[in-house]
Amino acid sequence: MGLSAALWGPLGLLLSLALPPAVGAHTHRDYCVLGAGPAGLQVAAFLHHAGRDYEVFERTPAPGSFFMRYPRHRKLISINKRYTGKNNAEFNLRHDWNSLLSHDPRLVFRHYSRAYFPDAGDMVRYLRDFADRLGLHVRYNTNIVHVTLKKDWQAWNSHYFILTNQKGQVYQCSVLLVATGLSVPNLVDFPGSEYAEGYESVSVDPEDFVGQNVLILGRGNSAFETAENILGVTNFIHMLSRSRVRLSWATHYVGDLRAINNGLLDTYQLKSLDGLLESDLRDLAIVKDAKGKFHITLGFFLEETNASRSADAIPLPQDDNDNFAMRVAYDRVIRCLGWKFDFSIFNQSLRLSSGSEFSKKYPLIRASYESKGTRGLFILGTASHSVDYRKSAGGFIHGFRYTVRAVHRLLEHRHHGIPWPCTEHPTTQLTNSIIRRVNEASGLYQMFGVLADVILLKENATAFEYLEEFPMQMLAQLETLTGRTAKHGLFIINMEYGKNFSGPDKDVFFHDRSVGHTEDAWQSNFLHPVIYYYRHLPTEQEVRFRPAHWPLPRPTAIHHIVEDFLTDWTAPVGHILPLRRFLENCLDTDLRSFYAESCFLFTLTRQKLPPFCQQGYLRKQGLVYTKSLQQHGVESGLLRDYATMGQVLEDSSRQPGDQEPVNQPLGTGHLIHLDSNKEEL
Amino acid sequence: MSSDFHVFRVGVSFVIMCILYKSAEDPLPELSPQKYFSTLQPGKASLAYFCHADSPSTSVVLEQLNEAVRPLQDYGISVAKVHCVKEETSRYCGKEEDLMKAYLFRGNILLREFPTDTLFDVNAIVAHVLFTLLFNEVKYISTLEDLQNIENTVKGKANMIFSYVRAIGTPEHRAIMEAAFVYGTAYQFVLTTEIALLESIGSEDIERAHLYFFHCNLISDLTQQCRRTLMRQPLTTLNIHAFVKTMKAPLLTEVAEDPQQVSTVHLQLGLPLVFIVSQKATYEADRRTAEWVAWRLLGKAGVLLLLRLTSWMTVTLQISNIKHLFPFRKRDSLEVNIPQHTNVVFRRAEKEVPLEFLVLTDIDSIISYVEDNVEMEENKDSDVEDPDLDIQDDEVAETVYRDRKRQLPLEVTMELTEETFHATVMASDSIVLFYAGWQAVSMAFLQSYIDVAVKLKGTSTMLLTRINCADWSGVCTKQNVTEFPAVKMYKKGENPVSYAGMLGTEDLLKFIQLNRISCPVSITSIQEVEEYLNGELYEDLVTYSSVSVLGLFSPAMTTAKEDFTEAGNYLKGCVLTGIYSEEDVWILANKHAATLPALLLAKHKDGKIESIPLAGTPAQDIVQIITNALQETFPEITVENLPTYFKPQKPLLILFSDGSINPQHREAILTLVAQKHLDSFTPCWLNLKNTPVGRGILQQFYLLRNGNLLFLLTTF
Repeated sequence: MGLSAALWGPLGLLLSLALPPAVGAHTHRDYCVLGAGPAGLQVAAFLHHAGRDYEVFERTPAPGSFFMRYPRHRKLISINKRYTGKNNAEFNLRHDWNSLLSHDPRLVFRHYSRAYFPDAGDMVRYLRDFADRLGLHVRYNTNIVHVTLKKDWQAWNSHYFILTNQKGQVYQCSVLLVATGLSVPNLVDFPGSEYAEGYESVSVDPEDFVGQNVLILGRGNSAFETAENILGVTNFIHMLSRSRVRLSWATHYVGDLRAINNGLLDTYQLKSLDGLLESDLRDLAIVKDAKGKFHITLGFFLEETNASRSADAIPLPQDDNDNFAMRVAYDRVIRCLGWKFDFSIFNQSLRLSSGSEFSKKYPLIRASYESKGTRGLFILGTASHSVDYRKSAGGFIHGFRYTVRAVHRLLEHRHHGIPWPCTEHPTTQLTNSIIRRVNEASGLYQMFGVLADVILLKENATAFEYLEEFPMQMLAQLETLTGRTAKHGLFIINMEYGKNFSGPDKDVFFHDRSVGHTEDAWQSNFLHPVIYYYRHLPTEQEVRFRPAHWPLPRPTAIHHIVEDFLTDWTAPVGHILPLRRFLENCLDTDLRSFYAESCFLFTLTRQKLPPFCQQGYLRKQGLVYTKSLQQHGVESGLLRDYATMGQVLEDSSRQPGDQEPVNQPLGTGHLIHLDSNKEEL
Repeated sequence: MSSDFHVFRVGVSFVIMCILYKSAEDPLPELSPQKYFSTLQPGKASLAYFCHADSPSTSVVLEQLNEAVRPLQDYGISVAKVHCVKEETSRYCGKEEDLMKAYLFRGNILLREFPTDTLFDVNAIVAHVLFTLLFNEVKYISTLEDLQNIENTVKGKANMIFSYVRAIGTPEHRAIMEAAFVYGTAYQFVLTTEIALLESIGSEDIERAHLYFFHCNLISDLTQQCRRTLMRQPLTTLNIHAFVKTMKAPLLTEVAEDPQQVSTVHLQLGLPLVFIVSQKATYEADRRTAEWVAWRLLGKAGVLLLLRLTSWMTVTLQISNIKHLFPFRKRDSLEVNIPQHTNVVFRRAEKEVPLEFLVLTDIDSIISYVEDNVEMEENKDSDVEDPDLDIQDDEVAETVYRDRKRQLPLEVTMELTEETFHATVMASDSIVLFYAGWQAVSMAFLQSYIDVAVKLKGTSTMLLTRINCADWSGVCTKQNVTEFPAVKMYKKGENPVSYAGMLGTEDLLKFIQLNRISCPVSITSIQEVEEYLNGELYEDLVTYSSVSVLGLFSPAMTTAKEDFTEAGNYLKGCVLTGIYSEEDVWILANKHAATLPALLLAKHKDGKIESIPLAGTPAQDIVQIITNALQETFPEITVENLPTYFKPQKPLLILFSDGSINPQHREAILTLVAQKHLDSFTPCWLNLKNTPVGRGILQQFYLLRNGNLLFLLTTF
């Protein structure tokens, strides 16, 4: 790093000399990262490992400042599963929702907490260790207050990002990676909203709520977490939100209400005074009476009457409807409405705008996590969740650690000419490669529907390249983004839930919710691997106008590996065989494996050999069976015991009185069976 | 031919009608009586429905009539609705609504009137109209006597199509009438609705419609009965058409070409072909058999008599004929021909399905074979699922799966983990098997690996270990193992060596044993050289290396020594190599008539020592020289060594021997080799006792017999 600093120092100086004096002296970095939270540290770890010129800017004196305050009740709802019964580190990441990715085996969260739902303090400790152990370049106590663009045709993206901190110091960056999370609490403006206490500041001491009537606005995890904390001491809790509660075990989206927080649902449904209500908060008004209690009324009642009138005179809904649900007075109103992205520091020139109605709280980005308005500006981490909001895990550590890696791979290719990493294998390894990944890959498993593995076939499908965790919505641009060629067809490996399985109003416990037979695999409901085959790389049009609810355009062929209760897709007949048949059909080849003896026979009796014999046996690497395997083979009818076959023939041809050798007719039926077995490959 | 075309057109237009029906309905022309009669053309048939002007515009009759417009037009029959206006009364206009009728005219001549209840649907309309028009062509009968009379009149002149339908106006009746429209002039059509008549000619299942083809054409003797063929398929226009076509086709065809190339009408109709294989000597009998079969399979399959020519069978040659073997035409001899014992060849109608060569002893078995197979094909469509979807056809996967419950003595190898891997391979010379527990090939090889460990137990300094990459994928990736199984050897101070031999006990054992000494081994005295060359020095290793290689160098030849050492390193684990480079090396050079630097190859089998000069030979050429030296001129081919001898474009000439090779035969071949007659082949022999799969090869070419035989295999 010393070297690059030495290199960049003079260059920066030169640049600053050439620039108008107003800009003044500044430091240049190829990569600037905003925020030393999980996503910022994660991208820093990749940049660091690749030896890139980068710096992370963090407003507070330590990493992970969000976790110093939040969640308020300190219990993380990301699981820290320390035991899975498996040793495979990649597999275990599937059930470790807190660790970041690194090459250091000590930086795994299970070493930081024994709790299944760990304390937020452990996360802070973990992030600090992560930054320290890996020696990441983080500039703490540096609050970037303004970001703007400076055109420069020599820059990587024809412009530099100019960052100014609280002291007026300026940094020039070629690429800007924004990992600032969602930091601004969501507010809803309605008359009396000022009476509501915010989640960010409300007391966490249950003693403060003893014997009170509490109204909570919102129905997300923070609302339920708050309720959970005081459930036992309040008179009752009412929870008010615009739309119905979404349970994560019904929607299969970890951002929805997790069962660990849902005690209030229990007491509501058992009529234990607590309750859930749906109404648009913007139609409401809160009125404070003389005793300091809060009454709920409707906004338009206030408009009709004079706002200056005392609280007691304001009409309430129960004046007309004497059984109005919220006619009781509340002691407290707590607002738990979530957070949104802080757009304030970004200059207009960056054209960083918020997303559509559904994802207003997030900045608008492409599926490659690059801003739609500015090249070279990437949004990482929680703030990048607009890509898969309410679908996958991209807004959470166990999801964005992979999307950050994908972004890093894109950058490595774009700016350093390093193609997307891949491994090359002969076709014989096709089934194995897929089976291996669907059984251990954590990125595919967590970022289902977003990141997918891609298999690029070589000419004549004799070999293939395996690319891991590519953002599948960018499929049409795969060649330019990865530096790999996809001229001869490709497979995409994605993980999917059943099409109509997930939803806030779905019964996910219905009878026959899961299937077990291969032929029903396409009806699998729980997360299962789906393989798409395309003869040609889909175009941008095809990706954009794909069928509704499809993650990808219509493929040439599709295969579902049947869902598995244990998520162990290694059953020879249930999982591997149908997959192999699918691949064989797509590629019109024979992907079976054969013992050397069979290859020997094929070599001398056939025009074409199965790839397994070509790439194994003929290269002097044939597979020899042992006695017991041969015996099983003969019993199954897949192998023949040629030695005894000869015996039988000889015996029968040496019948007494038969002087001349008789040409014994052979078991023709069996021969035909052998012949018809994929003779021409 | 033109009549065939007609039916085809009917079929097509019927389909078109169905398509058009939804989009553009053909309107039924509505005319006044006067207008209607003025449109009638002489000779053209027309169906008119007379109704009152004030009658409801829709009725069942009108709807059906509307639908019949298109099909009737296909037969040149026009359809119209005629309004009976009060002032303009016509005699065809009935008095009352329910007495309205349809009338069929040819020109302006009334042929028939139809009460509306006979025209209950479109099938009935078409059937009735055609039935009327084809009054002469289709004879309606009600007694057996009628049938016999007609049969007698056509004997020796024409064939007859007799059908039974349950009622006039049914879809079956329509199908028969449509067929009669096309074939009416070629065949005598006879129709009945009498069950008794059907029963009297011996039908059993009288519930459904029947159609018989009476083969009366060839009958000269009036007392003889016409042969009958029952149509098995449901009576539809297309089925009848197909059936009549097979009846028209010649009963038996003689061919002498490749069964795969033959094309007959049967294949076009989706019916299989049955070839009765005939030879000159048995031609007459075969032909009679074939005719019998042909009659029995009429309408189900095409039957052909296949004349087998002598030139079809030339592949086998007894060893005594060896001198006639050359010149041998390479390609012709291997074309897929008819195996010797086959008497029936069955060819399915589907393309790309291979021929089936059968040995069937009697006519009944031919018939039942065909019927079973034809029925199977019919059933196939109804079976949505692929029947063998979950039947394992991978021999390795299946055998490993079947063996899953057997306990292997896994403890003879050390299981490594991420934690123990490095410490273990650093501490001792180790072999590591990288495998994946779920992968069949890995698990099959694990068995051989365990066998090796058992064999080496207590004798080897090499530690046999294994690591399951399904658990420890990180370790495997770091060791550059991306495919399973993989074997690597870790020796102190050396780079790991990947094993590249056969995945079996023998080869791995050889690899491990030969790696006990570090090749090329340095030999320091003349005495030692002698022991090395005659196999005494490494007695236990000689079984694994058929050749001992020794490089002879004078001490100053450093580059040559380096090249040889590199080659020796490369061949580690497959052949013994040694190096001698003392001052007295000239003694050895003289003894073996070698010029230094030189290579001595000691073949232990025949005790011969060969010397090859090495001056300026780079390492990879040395490797080539040594590997070539390992090959024999007339080797016994085995499963293990075939890849060594197998070269594309160079045919193998294999002498199959049931047991050890006859020394005379061996000499004969070696003589041919010496005389350079076999330069374009790789001559070898196969011991069926050692390599029983050789029987499989012979069987594939239908050549299994006793005694030796010489066999040429073209490599592709």
